[in-house]
Amino acid sequence: MYQAFLIKYAEIAIKGKNRYLFEDALVKNININLKQVDGNFNVRKENGRVYVETEGDYDFDEVVEALSRVFGIVGICPVIMIEDTGFDDMAKAVIDHINEAYPDKHFTFKVDARRARKNYPMTSMEINAAIGERILEAFPETKVDVHHPQVMIHIEVRPLINIYSTEIPGPGGMPTGTAGKGMLLLSGGIDSPVAGYMVAKRGVSLEATYFHAPPYTSERAKQKVVDLAKKVARYAGPIKLNIVNFTDIQLYIYEKCPHEELTIIMRRYMMKIAEHFAKEDGCLGLITGESIGQVASQTMQSLLATNEVCELPVYRPLIAFDKNDIVAVSEKIDTYETSILPYEDCCTIFVAKHPVTKPNLERIKKSELALNEKIDALFEEAIASTEVVICKGE
Amino acid sequence: MECYLDNSATTKCSQAATEKMVELLTKEFGNPSSMHEMGMIAENEVKAAAEKIASTLKVQPKEIYFTSGGTESNNLAILGVADAAKRRGMHVITSMIEHPSVANPFHVLEERGYEVTYLPVDEQGHITLSDLQNVIRDDTILVSLMYINNEIGAIEPISEIGNWLKANYPEVVFHVDAIQAYGKILIRPKKEGIDLLSVSGHKIHGPKGSGFLYIRDKIKIHPIIFGGGQQKGMRSGTENVPAIAGLGVAAQEIYEQFDEKIAHLYELRDYFISEVSKIDGVRVNGAADHSNAPHIVSVSTKGVRAEVLLHALEDKHIYVSAGSACSSNKPAVSATLKAIGLPNDLLDATVRFSFSVHTTKEELDYALSQMNQLIPMLQKYTRH
Repeated sequence: MYQAFLIKYAEIAIKGKNRYLFEDALVKNININLKQVDGNFNVRKENGRVYVETEGDYDFDEVVEALSRVFGIVGICPVIMIEDTGFDDMAKAVIDHINEAYPDKHFTFKVDARRARKNYPMTSMEINAAIGERILEAFPETKVDVHHPQVMIHIEVRPLINIYSTEIPGPGGMPTGTAGKGMLLLSGGIDSPVAGYMVAKRGVSLEATYFHAPPYTSERAKQKVVDLAKKVARYAGPIKLNIVNFTDIQLYIYEKCPHEELTIIMRRYMMKIAEHFAKEDGCLGLITGESIGQVASQTMQSLLATNEVCELPVYRPLIAFDKNDIVAVSEKIDTYETSILPYEDCCTIFVAKHPVTKPNLERIKKSELALNEKIDALFEEAIASTEVVICKGE
Repeated sequence: MECYLDNSATTKCSQAATEKMVELLTKEFGNPSSMHEMGMIAENEVKAAAEKIASTLKVQPKEIYFTSGGTESNNLAILGVADAAKRRGMHVITSMIEHPSVANPFHVLEERGYEVTYLPVDEQGHITLSDLQNVIRDDTILVSLMYINNEIGAIEPISEIGNWLKANYPEVVFHVDAIQAYGKILIRPKKEGIDLLSVSGHKIHGPKGSGFLYIRDKIKIHPIIFGGGQQKGMRSGTENVPAIAGLGVAAQEIYEQFDEKIAHLYELRDYFISEVSKIDGVRVNGAADHSNAPHIVSVSTKGVRAEVLLHALEDKHIYVSAGSACSSNKPAVSATLKAIGLPNDLLDATVRFSFSVHTTKEELDYALSQMNQLIPMLQKYTRH
């Protein structure tokens, strides 16, 4: 059994004097995720490394799964750690490891030894050669290939000797909580949870706003969005979800404005409301799942029209993604199955047969003048009646 | 006021059935197969339930086989008979308006190489004997029809068809899905030529997870679940004694003072139909006489999508179903509504009201008054 996991991270290593902030956030986030796993774990920093040490029994797959949701981790290496009790014991540990981890011994390998402890009696080159020989003796089917080995056997001579040969990819990115907070416009669809995930991956904490329109949308549709937020929270940490009742605004727009402009005008008000909450809670930008040309309201002309109402920057991480690519990410982060549950969301209920695809901003603004009488009051009402749900990853 | 008008989806479990179940879950919790006394007590409970049910149908208790509910009963009947009779022929007949728990086993049979003929219905959802006469063949082995349609409430001419089959095609097995009918009409399998009859417990104030299949003595049918050989090997698995006993109690209760209950339901239904039809843009699907069930009213509202009306009513604590959404929440176009020729724009504008013996006129008045307010408002905002 592996006694520890060596956590590799890339970008944090180049962050200069702020580096400790990033490393501390990483350690904290690893600890949070490991709380859901049975077992005793000790997360510590050592010379520019983060180790997760284990004590007693644990489930390997569960630990790896929990770690693979911590942004900032590039690689997870299960490590065997032994006291330095002489070369023979070290060689035996390597042989035992290979025997257990690789049932089929027909592979090429290379030994890569490093000494952090320079007083070790052998040089790295000598260790490489001597261990390589022992492996060939024990498993004659194996072969050495120093250029393109199938298995790279790492031996690090530190206070303890570390042996590892696999690196499980982590999610990459930056530790959550190191980049400020963003307000995600979350619908029940496939795109917005992915957008939230992608921005969160850069260390951004998330808050979210969802618009529902009872009776046109159902309680189940709302529950679906809460479930999606919880799924994203597994990666991004707890998400404060604002659930806005949008029915009255939507019906008012329906009554007063040309129907083919309904979606655009509606989206402008959604942005305004989301921005209101964003500012209230100190978010530094809005996040949407828009992708150029995916639907009528996501043409460049439409994006121009919706963008115009916001003062905060709008982050659109999926802007150049094809649907297939978005689906692939949503499957990876396990939001896809929830997203495709067939509940109507408020963007589609009144959608016109032929909505404008190239809205003219001036014309839209002119249409909106018809809303002057009641829109401010409805806006305030929507804000005031908003329900808040804290969504934690489960 | 809370107003549950979705009794064709499920019903409230009766007090007596619930009490019986609690007793069997907590006190007399033995396994009928156990050889000791507790096992015998449990076995007797199962027998008693079978007797109660058999007496409502005037059949023998040994012809009652307990299942996990209507879906399993239908699966057992269709797949079990098709398998047992395949050497005689591979042609089977059903209708275009069956519940998915019948329609889908037939799709499985199609995949297995059987030929399935689907009978059409008229505008009120009725199957006709002459349509069956036109398609039945010498290699037909099974006819499976529902007694009452779950979406619009049409009562099918089961006796007429069953008796004709017995007289002309005695070898053909006649299965009837009576899940909406049991407890709403008197069913006499022996007089109606019915060989197999599916019933679900939770539609008649019994527990969910209970049901039975009546299998007429001497009918050849293969099991679809294999195991310890319980229920003469027809349905292996430890009997769900509490649910079975609860079902027994509910079955007995539902047929007490039966005529009065049905008269009450028809009175409510007729009142509801006459009042709801007065609302602009509303039409009632199916027949308004006694060729339609006493407890189901299908209502289409021009310009108001079913889901929207459903949620608007839900907001007023009135609970109904959209289209056929009895088993799933997937918005699929209803086969029944299509089969009766409902115009396209009403297919997704149809909700089902379904009553129980507990439904009152006050509840209906409340629902009607809410609909009178909501529907004109909702009709203002439609998709273009």
